[in-house]
Amino acid sequence: MFNHLLSLLIWLPVVGAIPVLFAGSARPNLARWLSMLVAVLTFVASLFLLVRYNADTGGMQLTESYLWIASWGVHYGLAVDGISVALIVMTTFVGILVIAGAWEVIQDRPHLYMAAMLILEGLLIGVFCATDALLFYALFEAILIPMFILIGMWGGPRRVYATLKFFIYTFFGSVFMLIALLYLYQKAGTFDLATLAALPLTFKEQAWIFFAFLIAFAIKVPMVPVHTWLPDAHVEAPTGGSVVLAAVMLKVGTYGMLRFILPIVPDAGAHFAWLIIVLSLIAIVYIGYVALVQEDMKKLVAYSSVAHMGFVTLGIFIAFALVREQGSTDMALLGMQGAMVQMISHGFVSGAMFTCIGVMYDRMHTRQIKDYGGVINAMPWFGFFYVLFAMANCGLPGTSGFVGEFMVILASFAASPWIALFAAFTLIIGAGYTLWLVKRVLWGEITNPHVAEMKEINGRETFVLVAFAAAVLALGIWPQPLIHLMDSSVSQLVQQLAIHKI
Amino acid sequence: MAISTNILLIIALAPLVGCLLAGFLARFIGRIGAHSVTILGVAVSCALSFLVLYQLTVGGAAEYNQNLYTWFQIGHFNASVGFMVDRLTAMMLVVVSFVSLLVHVYTIGYMRDDPGYTRFFSYISLFTFSMFMLVMSNNFMQLFFGWEAVGLVSYLLIGFWYKRPTAIFANLKAFMVNRVGDFGFLLGIAAVLYFLGTLDYATAFANAPSLVGRTLQITAGTQWDAATVICICLFIGAMGKSAQVPLHVWLPDSMEGPTPISALIHAATMVTAGIFMVSRMSPLFELSSTALSFVLVIGATTALFTGLIGIVQNDIKRVIAYSTLSQLGYMTVALGVSMYSGAVFHLMTHAFFKALLFLGAGSVIIAMHHEQDMRYMGGLRKYMPITWITMWAGSIALVAVPFTSGFYSKDAIIEAVGESHRWGAHYAYFCVMAGVLVTGLYTFRQMYLTFHGKERFTIAEHHGHGHDHDDHGHHEPGVLAHAPKESPWVVTLPLVLLAIPSLLVGFFTIGPLLFGNWFGSAIHVEAANDVLAEMGAEFHGPLAMALHGFTQMPFWLLLAAFIICTYIYLFNPAMAGKIKAALKPLWTVLDRKYWVDNVYFALFARGGVMLGRGFWKASERGVIDGAMVNGSVGVVHRIAAAMRRLQSGYLYHYAFAMILGLILLLGGYWLVGPGLAGQ
Repeated sequence: MFNHLLSLLIWLPVVGAIPVLFAGSARPNLARWLSMLVAVLTFVASLFLLVRYNADTGGMQLTESYLWIASWGVHYGLAVDGISVALIVMTTFVGILVIAGAWEVIQDRPHLYMAAMLILEGLLIGVFCATDALLFYALFEAILIPMFILIGMWGGPRRVYATLKFFIYTFFGSVFMLIALLYLYQKAGTFDLATLAALPLTFKEQAWIFFAFLIAFAIKVPMVPVHTWLPDAHVEAPTGGSVVLAAVMLKVGTYGMLRFILPIVPDAGAHFAWLIIVLSLIAIVYIGYVALVQEDMKKLVAYSSVAHMGFVTLGIFIAFALVREQGSTDMALLGMQGAMVQMISHGFVSGAMFTCIGVMYDRMHTRQIKDYGGVINAMPWFGFFYVLFAMANCGLPGTSGFVGEFMVILASFAASPWIALFAAFTLIIGAGYTLWLVKRVLWGEITNPHVAEMKEINGRETFVLVAFAAAVLALGIWPQPLIHLMDSSVSQLVQQLAIHKI
Repeated sequence: MAISTNILLIIALAPLVGCLLAGFLARFIGRIGAHSVTILGVAVSCALSFLVLYQLTVGGAAEYNQNLYTWFQIGHFNASVGFMVDRLTAMMLVVVSFVSLLVHVYTIGYMRDDPGYTRFFSYISLFTFSMFMLVMSNNFMQLFFGWEAVGLVSYLLIGFWYKRPTAIFANLKAFMVNRVGDFGFLLGIAAVLYFLGTLDYATAFANAPSLVGRTLQITAGTQWDAATVICICLFIGAMGKSAQVPLHVWLPDSMEGPTPISALIHAATMVTAGIFMVSRMSPLFELSSTALSFVLVIGATTALFTGLIGIVQNDIKRVIAYSTLSQLGYMTVALGVSMYSGAVFHLMTHAFFKALLFLGAGSVIIAMHHEQDMRYMGGLRKYMPITWITMWAGSIALVAVPFTSGFYSKDAIIEAVGESHRWGAHYAYFCVMAGVLVTGLYTFRQMYLTFHGKERFTIAEHHGHGHDHDDHGHHEPGVLAHAPKESPWVVTLPLVLLAIPSLLVGFFTIGPLLFGNWFGSAIHVEAANDVLAEMGAEFHGPLAMALHGFTQMPFWLLLAAFIICTYIYLFNPAMAGKIKAALKPLWTVLDRKYWVDNVYFALFARGGVMLGRGFWKASERGVIDGAMVNGSVGVVHRIAAAMRRLQSGYLYHYAFAMILGLILLLGGYWLVGPGLAGQ
């Protein structure tokens, strides 16, 4: 079983979705329990990854490779390094919480919803361990389908607009990636990522390929200015869709940057790093201001996601500047590790924030901030969690939200104090939009009589929030285990940054 | 005898355990259980803190500096959670745990009728834990953790009565202003890592001399001195936490929180974290006289100008809040003249007498049924003699009457500023000297308005018992349901226990603390900056210093303030109104707090929202979504519409297009073709 652990992780939820589908809408509870069983099994299987993966040696491990399309030399190739392992465990963890979160909330065809979630989970795991570029591409595109269904079937009133925008936007981006991959294929004769990484490319080739990859991944992250699909998709998506979208799907974009841009086109990456750094800083400052004035809670958190993902892209590309211009490997490691920790942390924090909004939405059926006020009076325990996650969202030390941002800001100071200055601005603007939201929603006298009728969180919701809280606090209090897990892999990435291909 | 790790762990964690029990198990352990576990936790910490202090001073124990666990290890960079306990830390531990313990006890009386009773105990224990982590840290990362954690608890406690619009405005404001400071603080930490390559205190301080001559490139032609950049950035953090001008605006508003936390957090401990931090960083600050001048000027400005506002306040808590700002300014001035031990000494005496004043004010507020306006008080001394006497004890310490603790700490600072040759010292000397008069004015005014003179409240006849317990209700000002009475012992006992050190601790500790190198290696002062060494030559014991104090300028200013206030508030109450009318413009400036709050609110809060709206409308919806995204969709639409028109489905359209195409092709061939064929 351990020889095919990665395949198991991918296919268990995908195949597990079939009996869930067969349970049908006539037996919703069976569908729910079955999907929970599958999600838990997948999570347990992913824990074996932690055991089997040797973090000290690093490199790609648990490799599986089979010829898939012989005429093109496409392989079904899977392997993981520390970064993948962390992302996969995060995915399976969130997977359970999403199923639990949707439990009785989704009354309309729950079996379809749960099945779509499980398939989505399997595909996401696949993305995080594909070592063949075409397999990655296929999975990268395939993710869109279940998400399209989730938003399109269980979404809000403007779901058609949102799904189309979401689908076309991301699809548009990945076409460029496909072109770049085909070019690489005709040069290298393979889609194997390790071979592509060793392929010598002129700067002109690298530059074209860099931008092709960048468009695909920047849309997914999303980076400014190609981010506007995200708030729309979040607003219309059901809670679970939002959680997976924010927690896991956005990371596919930054993960793609690590696997494609960094090893394949390092010189172009270094040359254009300033562009990504500027865009990241714009995401942190400008998007912060945009988030401040949102009237819809989900839109606010969606914008805050864009701002927080700015730290991931900043951390990755600041490493280029640090290695190549300053020759400071340790600082580059710090920035890159910060970006990785931020990816995982943002998964938990944004997932938790969207869950909280979902909890309130289920009771009030509105996401408008102005409809709330004084929720703490009706739901004190919920208030506790909400404040905790809000604090994590504004990067309070002791929560996971602090760790990555702290590391990235420290590293960026070494590149330029100005970059650090703009990045650290998140301390102010992040607290501004998050705590102003908390003030208007949670604190105060109850003004809307419906708020007074809100029921305290039930056992199921408590379970989900406690799980998120445990992850957020554990990472914040002791991030070293996660950092150790990824350390050798991040070191390898940083070494690759320094290699000139021209 | 070495300090044991376990003892330090218990000191830090006992309040956390109390917090968690009171917070999560309140339903099972009840109100008595909640206050018992939290008080027990803090009492254990307090006792062990005294033990640690004893071990360090009498027992001859070595300083403790060890990491507990690795927080991250990346390349050569290490961040750990660990403790550094030297005499500076030990003194902070004792002050924090002692005041915290008394505030815990006091809270039993003060919050008796509050529905959030157990939550309050949980919060103040969490605060105590956070503050311990701050002062016991041995590295910058954990310092930042403690720094932000106390900020969080402050946020929660200012907004404790979360239904009040003013409270939830104040807590957001406090958090935001502190975040502005933390913004600088974090950049300072980043600069430390960049220049010194470590986050660990001991290593950083050992490497500190390597900063000399190094610069940070700001723009192509501008280089800033590394030590100055680091120190000013770190000090911006201190300005937020210790409420120095221009980041002082949050502290007066923090009075929206219950009075016990005003005493603990917003007077005695948390707001002094900035002072502690700069003292801890003395090896860095000593490298930059530019940064120290900056510190000096900021502190002096805070000391005088916030004190002035205190004179026109009518809310008993706000007077003390402005007084706290002013006293924090004095401590900052001491830092600015490299007199770190003097700053910490004043920090300690101030913790006692200011906590006493706040708790005393709280006792008055209970007696007055939550009336805080001094215009409706007066003559309370006969109703509450213990509160009255202990508050006078705190007041004479605050105004620095010779022999009191406040005298020793404040007079030493004034003298040190006089001796200092640092740039800005002349301005600072004027500010701290004028500040003595100001302190006297607001303090005596407050005491007279509260406890002396005629009663300016009336006691309503008993007309039904329904209104007896309307603690937070809006009753008619100046009308009390029943006569004020002295507070219960849980309230008065802490007052008495705080009054003793307020009066005495300075007399016994000034010798070793300021002139006996008591802090040892915890505080580093360059020989050239050492004003205390110059003063030490003239120091002949606390008795001589106090007697000498009677002949000095500060005492005469104090006496002047006493005479003015006594005349106005005891003998000629109409005079106050006349002075106010005569100095109307000045009074308005002070009453409006120099309009700083208004400017900030308009500029940063409203301005930020307007900027956000501008971005949202013009750029997000206008340019990006409107023009770029949906614009390109529109282009596709238009092209598609045009294409659709071509595919009309009418045979004669297609036939026409075919004929046209044929003509064009043939025509083209006729024009170009022969040329091609000829080649």
